[in-house]
Amino acid sequence: MDSLRELYQDVILDHHRKPRNRREMPEASAKASGHNPLCGDRVSVFVKMDGDVLHDVSFVGSGCAISQASASMMTDCLKGRTRTEIEQVASAFQRLVTEDQASMPEGDDLVEKLEAFSGVREFPSRVKCASLAWHALRAALDQPGGTVSTE
Amino acid sequence: MSPDGAHAPVRVKFDVESARREFPILEERIHGRPLVYLDNANTTQKPKQVLETLDEFYRHQNANIHRATHLLSERATAAYEGARAKIARFIGARETGEIVLTKGCTDSLNLAAQSFARPRLKPGDEILVTWLEHHSNIVPWQLIAQVTGAKLHVVPIDESGDLGLEEFEKHLTGRTKIVSVTHISNALGTVLPVREIVELAHDRGIPVIVDGAQSAAHMPVDVQAIGCDFFAFSSHKMYGPTGSGALYGKRRWLDEMPPCQGGGDMISTVSFEESTWAPVPHKFEAGTPNIAGVVGFGAAVDFLRRYDIAEVAAHEHDLLEYGTARLAEIPGLRIIGTAARKSGVLSFVMDGIHPHDIGTVLDQAGVAIRTGQHCAQPVMDRYGIPATARISFGLYNTRADIDAAIPPLHDVRKLFG
Repeated sequence: MDSLRELYQDVILDHHRKPRNRREMPEASAKASGHNPLCGDRVSVFVKMDGDVLHDVSFVGSGCAISQASASMMTDCLKGRTRTEIEQVASAFQRLVTEDQASMPEGDDLVEKLEAFSGVREFPSRVKCASLAWHALRAALDQPGGTVSTE
Repeated sequence: MSPDGAHAPVRVKFDVESARREFPILEERIHGRPLVYLDNANTTQKPKQVLETLDEFYRHQNANIHRATHLLSERATAAYEGARAKIARFIGARETGEIVLTKGCTDSLNLAAQSFARPRLKPGDEILVTWLEHHSNIVPWQLIAQVTGAKLHVVPIDESGDLGLEEFEKHLTGRTKIVSVTHISNALGTVLPVREIVELAHDRGIPVIVDGAQSAAHMPVDVQAIGCDFFAFSSHKMYGPTGSGALYGKRRWLDEMPPCQGGGDMISTVSFEESTWAPVPHKFEAGTPNIAGVVGFGAAVDFLRRYDIAEVAAHEHDLLEYGTARLAEIPGLRIIGTAARKSGVLSFVMDGIHPHDIGTVLDQAGVAIRTGQHCAQPVMDRYGIPATARISFGLYNTRADIDAAIPPLHDVRKLFG
Protein backbone atom coordinates (compact mmCIF):
# COMPACT_ATOMS: atom_id res chain seq x y z
CA MET A 1 0.00 0.00 0.00
CA ASP A 2 2.99 2.37 0.43
CA SER A 3 3.32 3.56 -3.15
CA LEU A 4 -0.46 3.66 -3.33
CA ARG A 5 -0.46 6.14 -0.45
CA GLU A 6 2.17 8.15 -2.34
CA LEU A 7 -0.28 8.38 -5.22
CA TYR A 8 -3.46 8.69 -3.21
CA GLN A 9 -2.37 11.17 -0.55
CA ASP A 10 -4.94 12.18 2.07
CA VAL A 11 -5.53 15.58 0.56
CA ILE A 12 -6.31 13.93 -2.80
CA LEU A 13 -8.71 11.44 -1.23
CA ASP A 14 -10.34 14.29 0.66
CA HIS A 15 -10.96 16.30 -2.52
CA HIS A 16 -12.16 13.15 -4.25
CA ARG A 17 -14.74 12.53 -1.52
CA LYS A 18 -15.69 16.18 -1.07
CA PRO A 19 -14.96 17.99 -4.32
CA ARG A 20 -14.83 21.80 -4.10
CA ASN A 21 -16.38 24.08 -6.74
CA ARG A 22 -18.15 21.18 -8.36
CA ARG A 23 -21.09 22.90 -10.02
CA GLU A 24 -22.35 24.17 -13.30
CA MET A 25 -21.90 27.90 -13.83
CA PRO A 26 -24.70 29.33 -16.00
CA GLU A 27 -23.11 32.79 -15.98
CA ALA A 28 -19.69 31.50 -17.09
CA SER A 29 -17.81 33.54 -19.66
CA ALA A 30 -16.32 30.35 -21.15
CA LYS A 31 -16.49 26.61 -20.75
CA ALA A 32 -14.35 23.77 -22.09
CA SER A 33 -14.56 20.03 -21.77
CA GLY A 34 -11.85 17.42 -21.56
CA HIS A 35 -12.30 13.73 -22.22
CA ASN A 36 -9.98 10.79 -21.92
CA PRO A 37 -11.44 8.25 -24.33
CA LEU A 38 -9.31 5.43 -22.94
CA CYS A 39 -10.71 5.42 -19.43
CA GLY A 40 -13.82 7.54 -19.78
CA ASP A 41 -12.71 10.43 -17.55
CA ARG A 42 -14.71 13.56 -18.35
CA VAL A 43 -14.41 17.04 -16.96
CA SER A 44 -15.93 20.35 -17.97
CA VAL A 45 -14.40 23.53 -16.60
CA PHE A 46 -16.36 26.81 -16.33
CA VAL A 47 -14.57 30.14 -16.04
CA LYS A 48 -15.81 33.64 -15.34
CA MET A 49 -13.28 36.33 -16.08
CA ASP A 50 -13.20 39.80 -14.60
CA GLY A 51 -10.76 41.58 -16.88
CA ASP A 52 -7.50 39.69 -16.50
CA VAL A 53 -8.59 37.95 -13.30
CA LEU A 54 -10.26 34.56 -12.98
CA HIS A 55 -13.22 35.77 -10.93
CA ASP A 56 -14.80 32.32 -10.59
CA VAL A 57 -14.01 28.79 -11.75
CA SER A 58 -15.91 25.52 -11.33
CA PHE A 59 -16.09 22.06 -12.82
CA VAL A 60 -18.38 19.11 -13.36
CA GLY A 61 -17.39 15.65 -14.45
CA SER A 62 -16.89 12.05 -13.67
CA GLY A 63 -13.77 10.02 -13.50
CA CYS A 64 -11.12 8.55 -11.29
CA ALA A 65 -10.04 9.96 -7.95
CA ILE A 66 -6.97 11.58 -9.49
CA SER A 67 -8.85 13.41 -12.24
CA GLN A 68 -11.61 14.67 -9.98
CA ALA A 69 -9.34 15.68 -7.09
CA SER A 70 -7.06 17.46 -9.53
CA ALA A 71 -10.01 19.44 -10.90
CA SER A 72 -11.19 20.27 -7.40
CA MET A 73 -7.78 21.43 -6.12
CA MET A 74 -7.12 23.33 -9.35
CA THR A 75 -10.27 25.39 -8.96
CA ASP A 76 -9.50 26.05 -5.29
CA CYS A 77 -6.02 27.22 -6.14
CA LEU A 78 -6.64 29.36 -9.20
CA LYS A 79 -9.70 31.39 -8.25
CA GLY A 80 -8.77 35.09 -8.07
CA ARG A 81 -5.49 34.76 -9.96
CA THR A 82 -4.44 36.58 -13.14
CA ARG A 83 -3.87 34.83 -16.46
CA THR A 84 -0.10 35.12 -15.99
CA GLU A 85 -0.23 33.57 -12.54
CA ILE A 86 -2.48 30.80 -13.81
CA GLU A 87 -0.06 30.03 -16.63
CA GLN A 88 2.81 29.82 -14.14
CA VAL A 89 0.95 27.46 -11.81
CA ALA A 90 -0.33 25.30 -14.69
CA SER A 91 3.18 24.95 -16.17
CA ALA A 92 4.63 24.09 -12.77
CA PHE A 93 1.89 21.49 -12.26
CA GLN A 94 2.54 19.90 -15.65
CA ARG A 95 6.25 19.61 -14.79
CA LEU A 96 5.37 18.25 -11.34
CA VAL A 97 3.43 15.29 -12.74
CA THR A 98 5.87 14.47 -15.55
CA GLU A 99 9.41 15.37 -14.45
CA ASP A 100 11.51 13.81 -11.71
CA GLN A 101 12.62 16.26 -9.01
CA ALA A 102 10.11 18.91 -10.14
CA SER A 103 8.16 20.63 -7.39
CA MET A 104 5.63 23.41 -7.00
CA PRO A 105 6.92 26.91 -6.17
CA GLU A 106 6.98 27.67 -2.46
CA GLY A 107 5.40 30.54 -0.57
CA ASP A 108 1.73 30.06 -1.41
CA ASP A 109 -0.28 27.45 0.53
CA LEU A 110 -2.76 26.67 -2.23
CA VAL A 111 0.02 26.22 -4.79
CA GLU A 112 2.14 24.13 -2.44
CA LYS A 113 -0.83 21.88 -1.73
CA LEU A 114 -0.69 20.71 -5.36
CA GLU A 115 2.59 19.02 -4.47
CA ALA A 116 0.35 16.13 -3.38
CA PHE A 117 0.21 15.11 -7.06
CA SER A 118 3.97 14.45 -7.26
CA GLY A 119 3.27 10.71 -6.79
CA VAL A 120 1.51 10.67 -10.16
CA ARG A 121 4.78 10.70 -12.08
CA GLU A 122 5.52 7.19 -10.80
CA PHE A 123 2.33 6.08 -12.58
CA PRO A 124 2.70 7.10 -16.24
CA SER A 125 -0.77 5.83 -17.11
CA ARG A 126 -2.25 8.28 -14.59
CA VAL A 127 -0.54 11.49 -15.77
CA LYS A 128 -3.38 12.12 -18.19
CA CYS A 129 -5.87 11.85 -15.35
CA ALA A 130 -4.09 14.52 -13.33
CA SER A 131 -3.69 16.82 -16.36
CA LEU A 132 -7.20 16.58 -17.77
CA ALA A 133 -8.83 19.46 -15.88
CA TRP A 134 -5.78 21.67 -16.46
CA HIS A 135 -5.97 21.11 -20.22
CA ALA A 136 -9.68 21.93 -20.13
CA LEU A 137 -8.99 25.10 -18.14
CA ARG A 138 -6.39 26.27 -20.65
CA ALA A 139 -8.83 25.56 -23.49
CA ALA A 140 -11.52 27.56 -21.69
CA LEU A 141 -9.15 30.48 -21.24
CA ASP A 142 -7.85 30.31 -24.83
CA GLN A 143 -10.74 29.10 -26.95
CA PRO A 144 -14.11 29.48 -25.30
CA GLY A 145 -16.32 26.47 -25.99
CA GLY A 146 -13.51 24.21 -27.15
CA THR A 147 -13.19 20.54 -26.32
CA VAL A 148 -9.84 19.02 -25.53
CA SER A 149 -8.75 15.46 -25.29
CA THR A 150 -5.79 14.01 -23.47
CA GLU A 151 -5.32 11.47 -26.26
CA MET B 1 8.92 -28.16 -40.57
CA SER B 2 6.21 -29.48 -42.78
CA PRO B 3 5.59 -26.92 -45.53
CA ASP B 4 1.85 -27.41 -45.53
CA GLY B 5 1.58 -27.81 -41.77
CA ALA B 6 -0.06 -31.14 -42.37
CA HIS B 7 1.17 -32.85 -39.23
CA ALA B 8 -1.27 -32.33 -36.40
CA PRO B 9 0.44 -31.78 -33.04
CA VAL B 10 0.12 -34.65 -30.60
CA ARG B 11 -3.06 -34.13 -28.57
CA VAL B 12 -2.59 -33.97 -24.80
CA LYS B 13 -5.17 -33.71 -22.05
CA PHE B 14 -5.48 -30.10 -20.89
CA ASP B 15 -3.82 -29.52 -17.56
CA VAL B 16 -3.48 -25.96 -16.29
CA GLU B 17 -0.28 -26.50 -14.30
CA SER B 18 1.64 -27.93 -17.23
CA ALA B 19 0.13 -25.26 -19.53
CA ARG B 20 1.43 -22.56 -17.16
CA ARG B 21 4.98 -23.90 -17.49
CA GLU B 22 4.83 -23.09 -21.20
CA PHE B 23 4.58 -19.34 -20.46
CA PRO B 24 7.88 -17.88 -19.23
CA ILE B 25 6.35 -14.46 -18.50
CA LEU B 26 4.28 -15.97 -15.69
CA GLU B 27 7.55 -16.06 -13.69
CA GLU B 28 7.69 -12.27 -13.85
CA ARG B 29 7.36 -10.19 -10.70
CA ILE B 30 5.33 -6.97 -10.74
CA HIS B 31 5.96 -4.39 -8.01
CA GLY B 32 7.71 -7.20 -6.12
CA ARG B 33 4.72 -9.57 -6.38
CA PRO B 34 4.19 -12.57 -8.67
CA LEU B 35 2.41 -11.57 -11.87
CA VAL B 36 -1.27 -12.49 -11.94
CA TYR B 37 -2.30 -11.83 -15.52
CA LEU B 38 -6.06 -11.37 -15.89
CA ASP B 39 -6.16 -9.18 -19.00
CA ASN B 40 -6.46 -11.86 -21.66
CA ALA B 41 -9.32 -10.32 -23.60
CA ASN B 42 -6.92 -7.44 -24.21
CA THR B 43 -3.99 -9.58 -25.28
CA THR B 44 -2.70 -13.00 -24.28
CA GLN B 45 0.78 -14.07 -23.21
CA LYS B 46 2.97 -16.16 -25.50
CA PRO B 47 4.07 -19.77 -24.92
CA LYS B 48 7.66 -20.99 -25.44
CA GLN B 49 6.58 -22.65 -28.66
CA VAL B 50 5.75 -19.23 -30.16
CA LEU B 51 8.84 -17.52 -28.75
CA GLU B 52 11.11 -20.29 -30.03
CA THR B 53 9.46 -20.27 -33.45
CA LEU B 54 10.06 -16.52 -33.79
CA ASP B 55 13.68 -16.97 -32.75
CA GLU B 56 14.12 -19.91 -35.10
CA PHE B 57 12.55 -17.97 -37.96
CA TYR B 58 14.87 -14.98 -37.63
CA ARG B 59 17.93 -17.18 -37.10
CA HIS B 60 17.39 -19.74 -39.85
CA GLN B 61 14.57 -18.82 -42.24
CA ASN B 62 14.37 -15.04 -42.59
CA ALA B 63 13.97 -13.76 -46.16
CA ASN B 64 11.19 -12.19 -48.17
CA ILE B 65 8.47 -14.55 -49.34
CA HIS B 66 7.17 -15.42 -52.83
CA ARG B 67 9.94 -13.37 -54.47
CA ALA B 68 13.29 -15.02 -54.67
CA THR B 69 14.88 -18.18 -55.92
CA HIS B 70 17.27 -18.62 -53.03
CA LEU B 71 16.86 -21.26 -50.36
CA LEU B 72 16.14 -18.89 -47.48
CA SER B 73 13.25 -17.38 -49.38
CA GLU B 74 11.91 -20.85 -50.02
CA ARG B 75 12.13 -21.60 -46.29
CA ALA B 76 10.39 -18.35 -45.39
CA THR B 77 7.67 -18.94 -47.98
CA ALA B 78 7.11 -22.48 -46.75
CA ALA B 79 6.89 -21.29 -43.15
CA TYR B 80 4.47 -18.48 -44.06
CA GLU B 81 2.22 -20.60 -46.25
CA GLY B 82 2.48 -23.47 -43.75
CA ALA B 83 1.11 -21.15 -41.07
CA ARG B 84 -1.80 -20.24 -43.36
CA ALA B 85 -2.63 -23.94 -43.73
CA LYS B 86 -2.55 -24.46 -39.95
CA ILE B 87 -4.80 -21.46 -39.36
CA ALA B 88 -7.22 -22.67 -42.05
CA ARG B 89 -7.44 -26.11 -40.46
CA PHE B 90 -7.81 -24.68 -36.95
CA ILE B 91 -11.07 -22.89 -37.78
CA GLY B 92 -12.35 -25.50 -40.20
CA ALA B 93 -12.00 -23.63 -43.50
CA ARG B 94 -12.72 -25.73 -46.61
CA GLU B 95 -9.40 -24.75 -48.16
CA THR B 96 -6.23 -22.89 -47.26
CA GLY B 97 -6.97 -20.19 -49.86
CA GLU B 98 -9.95 -19.05 -47.82
CA ILE B 99 -7.58 -17.54 -45.24
CA VAL B 100 -6.41 -13.98 -45.95
CA LEU B 101 -3.56 -13.03 -43.64
CA THR B 102 -3.91 -9.55 -42.17
CA LYS B 103 -2.48 -7.27 -39.50
CA GLY B 104 -5.13 -8.41 -37.06
CA CYS B 105 -8.86 -8.61 -36.47
CA THR B 106 -9.41 -4.88 -37.01
CA ASP B 107 -7.62 -5.09 -40.36
CA SER B 108 -9.72 -8.15 -41.24
CA LEU B 109 -13.00 -6.38 -40.48
CA ASN B 110 -11.93 -3.32 -42.46
CA LEU B 111 -11.04 -5.55 -45.41
CA ALA B 112 -14.46 -7.22 -45.29
CA ALA B 113 -16.15 -3.82 -45.06
CA GLN B 114 -14.17 -2.17 -47.86
CA SER B 115 -13.77 -5.02 -50.35
CA PHE B 116 -16.88 -7.10 -49.76
CA ALA B 117 -19.58 -4.82 -48.37
CA ARG B 118 -18.86 -1.45 -49.92
CA PRO B 119 -19.55 -2.42 -53.57
CA ARG B 120 -22.83 -4.07 -52.51
CA LEU B 121 -24.31 -1.10 -50.64
CA LYS B 122 -26.65 1.62 -51.94
CA PRO B 123 -28.26 4.61 -50.22
CA GLY B 124 -30.94 3.42 -47.78
CA ASP B 125 -29.44 -0.05 -47.31
CA GLU B 126 -28.78 -1.18 -43.74
CA ILE B 127 -25.74 -2.74 -42.12
CA LEU B 128 -26.90 -4.64 -39.05
CA VAL B 129 -24.67 -4.87 -35.98
CA THR B 130 -25.43 -5.39 -32.27
CA TRP B 131 -25.05 -3.13 -29.27
CA LEU B 132 -22.21 -5.38 -28.07
CA GLU B 133 -19.76 -4.56 -30.83
CA HIS B 134 -16.16 -3.50 -30.30
CA HIS B 135 -15.35 -0.19 -32.00
CA SER B 136 -13.58 -2.21 -34.70
CA ASN B 137 -16.94 -3.65 -35.74
CA ILE B 138 -18.66 -0.25 -35.67
CA VAL B 139 -16.31 2.32 -37.13
CA PRO B 140 -15.36 0.45 -40.37
CA TRP B 141 -19.11 0.29 -41.11
CA GLN B 142 -19.58 3.98 -40.40
CA LEU B 143 -16.74 4.72 -42.82
CA ILE B 144 -18.42 2.84 -45.65
CA ALA B 145 -21.87 4.13 -44.66
CA GLN B 146 -20.54 7.64 -45.24
CA VAL B 147 -19.46 6.88 -48.80
CA THR B 148 -22.33 4.58 -49.84
CA GLY B 149 -25.30 6.28 -48.14
CA ALA B 150 -26.10 3.05 -46.29
CA LYS B 151 -27.08 3.21 -42.63
CA LEU B 152 -25.81 1.41 -39.56
CA HIS B 153 -28.64 -0.30 -37.68
CA VAL B 154 -28.09 -1.64 -34.17
CA VAL B 155 -29.83 -4.54 -32.40
CA PRO B 156 -30.27 -3.55 -28.73
CA ILE B 157 -29.28 -5.75 -25.78
CA ASP B 158 -31.22 -6.46 -22.61
CA GLU B 159 -30.12 -5.65 -19.05
CA SER B 160 -28.12 -8.88 -18.82
CA GLY B 161 -26.12 -7.93 -21.90
CA ASP B 162 -27.77 -10.55 -24.07
CA LEU B 163 -29.86 -10.41 -27.17
CA GLY B 164 -32.52 -12.91 -28.06
CA LEU B 165 -32.90 -14.37 -31.53
CA GLU B 166 -36.50 -13.08 -31.69
CA GLU B 167 -35.24 -9.58 -31.04
CA PHE B 168 -32.50 -10.04 -33.60
CA GLU B 169 -34.95 -11.29 -36.22
CA LYS B 170 -37.13 -8.18 -35.80
CA HIS B 171 -34.26 -6.05 -37.05
CA LEU B 172 -33.68 -8.08 -40.21
CA THR B 173 -35.64 -6.19 -42.84
CA GLY B 174 -35.78 -5.86 -46.59
CA ARG B 175 -33.23 -3.07 -46.24
CA THR B 176 -30.65 -5.23 -44.42
CA LYS B 177 -27.79 -6.02 -46.80
CA ILE B 178 -24.99 -7.03 -44.41
CA VAL B 179 -24.94 -8.49 -40.90
CA SER B 180 -21.75 -8.13 -38.86
CA VAL B 181 -21.82 -9.47 -35.31
CA THR B 182 -19.40 -10.31 -32.57
CA HIS B 183 -19.08 -13.94 -31.51
CA ILE B 184 -18.18 -13.00 -27.93
CA SER B 185 -18.50 -9.51 -26.43
CA ASN B 186 -15.08 -8.31 -25.28
CA ALA B 187 -16.66 -5.96 -22.75
CA LEU B 188 -19.23 -8.31 -21.17
CA GLY B 189 -18.35 -11.84 -22.24
CA THR B 190 -21.78 -12.54 -23.80
CA VAL B 191 -21.60 -15.41 -26.31
CA LEU B 192 -23.92 -14.76 -29.25
CA PRO B 193 -25.69 -17.64 -31.03
CA VAL B 194 -23.90 -16.93 -34.29
CA ARG B 195 -24.98 -20.14 -35.97
CA GLU B 196 -28.66 -19.27 -35.50
CA ILE B 197 -28.01 -15.65 -36.50
CA VAL B 198 -26.41 -16.87 -39.72
CA GLU B 199 -29.41 -19.12 -40.42
CA LEU B 200 -31.87 -16.26 -39.95
CA ALA B 201 -29.83 -13.97 -42.19
CA HIS B 202 -29.15 -16.57 -44.86
CA ASP B 203 -32.88 -17.39 -45.04
CA ARG B 204 -33.18 -13.84 -46.34
CA GLY B 205 -30.09 -14.01 -48.53
CA ILE B 206 -28.03 -11.70 -46.28
CA PRO B 207 -24.33 -12.46 -45.81
CA VAL B 208 -22.90 -12.52 -42.28
CA ILE B 209 -19.52 -11.45 -40.96
CA VAL B 210 -18.48 -12.72 -37.51
CA ASP B 211 -15.95 -10.90 -35.32
CA GLY B 212 -14.16 -13.83 -33.69
CA ALA B 213 -11.45 -11.89 -31.84
CA GLN B 214 -12.64 -13.16 -28.45
CA SER B 215 -13.79 -16.62 -29.42
CA ALA B 216 -11.09 -18.25 -31.53
CA ALA B 217 -8.90 -19.27 -28.55
CA HIS B 218 -11.66 -19.80 -26.00
CA MET B 219 -14.19 -22.13 -27.61
CA PRO B 220 -14.20 -24.62 -30.46
CA VAL B 221 -14.72 -22.69 -33.69
CA ASP B 222 -15.78 -24.33 -36.94
CA VAL B 223 -16.60 -21.75 -39.60
CA GLN B 224 -18.42 -24.28 -41.73
CA ALA B 225 -20.66 -25.30 -38.82
CA ILE B 226 -21.33 -21.62 -38.05
CA GLY B 227 -21.98 -21.08 -41.74
CA CYS B 228 -20.78 -17.47 -41.71
CA ASP B 229 -19.49 -15.81 -44.86
CA PHE B 230 -16.52 -14.22 -43.10
CA PHE B 231 -14.79 -14.77 -39.77
CA ALA B 232 -12.22 -12.25 -38.48
CA PHE B 233 -9.66 -12.98 -35.77
CA SER B 234 -6.33 -11.92 -34.27
CA SER B 235 -3.17 -13.88 -33.49
CA HIS B 236 -2.33 -11.89 -30.37
CA LYS B 237 -5.53 -12.90 -28.59
CA MET B 238 -4.70 -16.55 -29.36
CA TYR B 239 -1.28 -16.72 -27.67
CA GLY B 240 0.46 -15.61 -30.87
CA PRO B 241 2.39 -12.43 -31.77
CA THR B 242 0.81 -9.02 -32.26
CA GLY B 243 0.49 -7.60 -35.76
CA SER B 244 -0.94 -10.65 -37.44
CA GLY B 245 -4.45 -11.97 -37.89
CA ALA B 246 -6.71 -13.48 -40.48
CA LEU B 247 -9.92 -13.07 -42.38
CA TYR B 248 -11.66 -16.28 -43.36
CA GLY B 249 -13.95 -15.76 -46.32
CA LYS B 250 -15.96 -18.14 -48.45
CA ARG B 251 -14.07 -18.73 -51.64
CA ARG B 252 -16.81 -17.46 -53.95
CA TRP B 253 -16.87 -14.10 -52.13
CA LEU B 254 -13.09 -13.76 -52.06
CA ASP B 255 -12.94 -14.51 -55.79
CA GLU B 256 -15.33 -11.69 -56.66
CA MET B 257 -13.97 -9.10 -54.21
CA PRO B 258 -11.64 -6.39 -55.49
CA PRO B 259 -8.43 -5.82 -53.51
CA CYS B 260 -8.46 -2.74 -51.28
CA GLN B 261 -4.70 -2.24 -51.19
CA GLY B 262 -2.39 -2.30 -54.17
CA GLY B 263 1.31 -3.07 -54.20
CA GLY B 264 3.84 -5.82 -54.60
CA ASP B 265 2.98 -9.51 -54.27
CA MET B 266 -0.75 -8.96 -54.93
CA ILE B 267 -0.51 -8.65 -58.70
CA SER B 268 -0.35 -10.97 -61.64
CA THR B 269 0.76 -8.44 -64.27
CA VAL B 270 1.34 -4.69 -64.05
CA SER B 271 1.52 -2.10 -66.79
CA PHE B 272 0.76 1.61 -66.68
CA GLU B 273 -2.53 0.96 -68.48
CA GLU B 274 -3.80 -1.91 -66.37
CA SER B 275 -2.86 -4.46 -63.75
CA THR B 276 -4.33 -7.83 -62.99
CA TRP B 277 -4.55 -9.43 -59.60
CA ALA B 278 -2.88 -12.45 -58.13
CA PRO B 279 -5.27 -15.27 -57.23
CA VAL B 280 -7.03 -15.51 -53.88
CA PRO B 281 -5.83 -15.02 -51.16
CA HIS B 282 -2.69 -13.23 -52.36
CA LYS B 283 -4.55 -10.40 -54.07
CA PHE B 284 -5.45 -9.10 -50.59
CA GLU B 285 -1.89 -9.24 -49.25
CA ALA B 286 -0.10 -6.29 -50.81
CA GLY B 287 3.46 -5.58 -49.76
CA THR B 288 5.80 -7.55 -47.54
CA PRO B 289 3.62 -8.89 -44.75
CA ASN B 290 4.49 -9.51 -41.10
CA ILE B 291 6.15 -12.79 -42.07
CA ALA B 292 7.53 -13.71 -38.66
CA GLY B 293 4.25 -12.68 -37.04
CA VAL B 294 2.33 -15.04 -39.30
CA VAL B 295 4.79 -17.87 -38.67
CA GLY B 296 4.41 -17.22 -34.94
CA PHE B 297 0.62 -17.25 -35.39
CA GLY B 298 0.99 -20.71 -36.90
CA ALA B 299 3.00 -21.80 -33.85
CA ALA B 300 0.27 -20.45 -31.56
CA VAL B 301 -2.28 -22.52 -33.46
CA ASP B 302 -0.02 -25.57 -33.06
CA PHE B 303 0.10 -24.82 -29.34
CA LEU B 304 -3.70 -24.63 -29.12
CA ARG B 305 -4.17 -27.75 -31.23
CA ARG B 306 -2.34 -29.78 -28.60
CA TYR B 307 -5.48 -29.39 -26.51
CA ASP B 308 -9.11 -30.15 -26.98
CA ILE B 309 -10.41 -26.56 -26.96
CA ALA B 310 -13.62 -27.81 -25.34
CA GLU B 311 -11.49 -28.78 -22.30
CA VAL B 312 -9.90 -25.32 -22.29
CA ALA B 313 -13.38 -23.77 -22.49
CA ALA B 314 -14.57 -25.92 -19.55
CA HIS B 315 -11.57 -24.79 -17.49
CA GLU B 316 -12.24 -21.13 -18.28
CA HIS B 317 -15.93 -21.60 -17.50
CA ASP B 318 -15.01 -22.96 -14.07
CA LEU B 319 -12.93 -19.80 -13.52
CA LEU B 320 -15.89 -17.67 -14.61
CA GLU B 321 -18.21 -19.33 -12.10
CA TYR B 322 -15.66 -19.25 -9.29
CA GLY B 323 -14.75 -15.63 -10.06
CA THR B 324 -18.40 -14.59 -10.19
CA ALA B 325 -18.96 -16.08 -6.73
CA ARG B 326 -15.82 -14.54 -5.23
CA LEU B 327 -16.53 -11.06 -6.59
CA ALA B 328 -19.96 -11.25 -4.93
CA GLU B 329 -18.09 -11.14 -1.58
CA ILE B 330 -16.95 -7.56 -2.21
CA PRO B 331 -19.44 -5.02 -0.81
CA GLY B 332 -20.73 -2.54 -3.39
CA LEU B 333 -19.36 -4.49 -6.35
CA ARG B 334 -21.70 -5.11 -9.28
CA ILE B 335 -20.97 -7.36 -12.24
CA ILE B 336 -21.96 -5.86 -15.60
CA GLY B 337 -23.01 -8.52 -18.09
CA THR B 338 -24.85 -11.53 -16.70
CA ALA B 339 -25.98 -13.30 -19.87
CA ALA B 340 -26.84 -16.98 -19.58
CA ARG B 341 -24.08 -17.89 -22.03
CA LYS B 342 -20.86 -16.16 -21.12
CA SER B 343 -17.18 -16.56 -21.89
CA GLY B 344 -14.40 -15.91 -19.35
CA VAL B 345 -14.98 -12.17 -18.88
CA LEU B 346 -15.94 -10.46 -15.62
CA SER B 347 -16.70 -6.76 -16.07
CA PHE B 348 -17.57 -4.93 -12.89
CA VAL B 349 -18.06 -1.59 -11.20
CA MET B 350 -17.80 -0.55 -7.54
CA ASP B 351 -20.06 2.07 -5.94
CA GLY B 352 -18.52 5.53 -6.07
CA ILE B 353 -15.12 4.25 -7.19
CA HIS B 354 -13.79 4.75 -10.69
CA PRO B 355 -12.44 1.61 -12.44
CA HIS B 356 -9.16 3.38 -13.15
CA ASP B 357 -8.48 3.57 -9.41
CA ILE B 358 -9.39 -0.10 -9.03
CA GLY B 359 -6.88 -0.98 -11.76
CA THR B 360 -4.06 0.94 -10.10
CA VAL B 361 -4.63 -0.72 -6.71
CA LEU B 362 -4.74 -4.21 -8.26
CA ASP B 363 -1.61 -3.50 -10.29
CA GLN B 364 0.27 -2.69 -7.09
CA ALA B 365 -0.63 -6.20 -5.93
CA GLY B 366 0.72 -7.68 -9.17
CA VAL B 367 -2.76 -8.27 -10.61
CA ALA B 368 -3.12 -7.04 -14.20
CA ILE B 369 -6.67 -6.23 -15.31
CA ARG B 370 -8.12 -3.83 -17.87
CA THR B 371 -10.05 -0.74 -16.88
CA GLY B 372 -11.87 1.65 -19.15
CA GLN B 373 -14.38 1.43 -21.95
CA HIS B 374 -12.81 -1.62 -23.63
CA CYS B 375 -13.24 0.00 -27.07
CA ALA B 376 -16.97 -0.53 -26.57
CA GLN B 377 -18.30 2.90 -25.62
CA PRO B 378 -21.91 2.10 -26.66
CA VAL B 379 -21.95 -0.78 -24.15
CA MET B 380 -20.86 1.59 -21.38
CA ASP B 381 -23.51 4.12 -22.45
CA ARG B 382 -26.13 1.36 -22.42
CA TYR B 383 -25.51 0.85 -18.70
CA GLY B 384 -24.99 4.54 -17.96
CA ILE B 385 -21.48 3.94 -16.64
CA PRO B 386 -18.26 5.66 -17.70
CA ALA B 387 -16.16 2.51 -17.63
CA THR B 388 -15.73 -0.89 -16.01
CA ALA B 389 -12.93 -2.91 -14.49
CA ARG B 390 -12.53 -6.18 -16.36
CA ILE B 391 -11.02 -9.52 -15.42
CA SER B 392 -10.62 -11.84 -18.41
CA PHE B 393 -9.26 -15.36 -18.36
CA GLY B 394 -6.75 -17.26 -20.41
CA LEU B 395 -6.01 -20.96 -20.34
CA TYR B 396 -3.15 -20.50 -17.84
CA ASN B 397 -5.28 -18.82 -15.17
CA THR B 398 -6.18 -20.63 -11.97
CA ARG B 399 -8.57 -20.18 -9.07
CA ALA B 400 -5.53 -18.93 -7.12
CA ASP B 401 -5.26 -16.03 -9.61
CA ILE B 402 -8.81 -15.01 -8.71
CA ASP B 403 -8.02 -15.38 -5.01
CA ALA B 404 -5.07 -13.01 -5.50
CA ALA B 405 -7.43 -10.30 -6.79
CA ILE B 406 -9.76 -10.39 -3.77
CA PRO B 407 -7.62 -8.75 -1.01
CA PRO B 408 -6.69 -5.76 -3.22
CA LEU B 409 -10.38 -5.33 -4.07
CA HIS B 410 -11.05 -5.05 -0.33
CA ASP B 411 -8.17 -2.54 -0.18
CA VAL B 412 -9.92 -0.51 -2.88
CA ARG B 413 -12.95 -0.22 -0.61
CA LYS B 414 -10.78 0.77 2.36
CA LEU B 415 -8.96 3.43 0.36
CA PHE B 416 -11.89 5.01 -1.46
CA GLY B 417 -14.98 3.76 0.38
